[in-house]
Amino acid sequence: MEVAWIWTGMVTLSLIFGLLSGNLDAVASAALDGARSAVELSLSMAGVLCLWSGVMEIMNACGLSAGLARLFRPILRRLLPNACRDEETLAAVSANVSANLLGLGNAATPLGIRAARRMARGCGGTASDELCRLVVLNTASIQLIPATIASVRSAAGCAAPFDILPAVWLASVLSVAAGLSAAWLLSRGGRAR
Amino acid sequence: MNLGSLVIPVLLAGVAVYGLGKRVDVYAALTHGAEEGLSVLLRIVPALVGLLTAVSMFRASGAMEWLSGWVAPVLELLGIPPETAPLMLVRPVSGNGALAVASDLMASHGPDSYIGRVAAVMLGSTETTFYTIAVYFGSAGITKTRHTVPAALTADLAGFAAAALAVRVFFRGG
Repeated sequence: MEVAWIWTGMVTLSLIFGLLSGNLDAVASAALDGARSAVELSLSMAGVLCLWSGVMEIMNACGLSAGLARLFRPILRRLLPNACRDEETLAAVSANVSANLLGLGNAATPLGIRAARRMARGCGGTASDELCRLVVLNTASIQLIPATIASVRSAAGCAAPFDILPAVWLASVLSVAAGLSAAWLLSRGGRAR
Repeated sequence: MNLGSLVIPVLLAGVAVYGLGKRVDVYAALTHGAEEGLSVLLRIVPALVGLLTAVSMFRASGAMEWLSGWVAPVLELLGIPPETAPLMLVRPVSGNGALAVASDLMASHGPDSYIGRVAAVMLGSTETTFYTIAVYFGSAGITKTRHTVPAALTADLAGFAAAALAVRVFFRGG
């Protein structure tokens, strides 16, 4: 529903600005160009996106995600100490994190939801500190190989669409750190009040 | 030879050899994954048509410039290029919208320009925050989300600033 508001707002503002600035011809042709370029973009993205989804699937089938999940258990035990006393929650959370890392959004969400449901039991509809932390972790992207973005870049004519990887990793780490620190500070502030 | 050119062939061959070593039918897995990629693409095409239409109208009308100019002073303080303002506004609400805005930025500024790279890194280091929060708390039956939204938005803002910073660090003079 939010997108409906944004879309209507953008189209209406475009009309108003186009009328005021006398750019209405440009706005009209931009509307048609935009629709056409959406399909062109999708077509030129398709190959790279499919290839990398395939590579991710191989990694998954080789047990790489299970390995990653094992790797993250010690960290998660620290981050979510209460929830991880329950072995099944720990398994779901670590599988959620490793699916996120591999960019398997479709696999990550149901796993994260399973963990969130277990963590929400008996708290009467109020999110615990740890549940907030889990959700913040999931709202901050932690992808090793952002395949969709690489495919958009190659569709735009970029020769080395993966050259941004180190920058993506650095920015992701900083963003996750900022989110978790903010959650920690806010939960302390909330308790002090 | 560019060292970066090594990454893709090595990754492809490495994953295939490792998979075969583990007796995984790597080709079947590859095609199955590619099929999954295709279904992702099919799901986003209708959204991209709608959103790229709006984004491209927005830019042609001059509204995008107005919006960017409006928030530019704040963004410059954080070292974020003001051209990416529309991307930052759409990102937490709509993943496909963000993809549309970012691809528009890459098309108009070039994928290897500073702005094109920052847009890509911003996409890669943030998530559709409000959607994620709604899905997780909705299915867990949580109504009091406490500090989740401000903390998650802090992560987004930090991600945007960090994206601009990271591109400056890794692509100096580029």
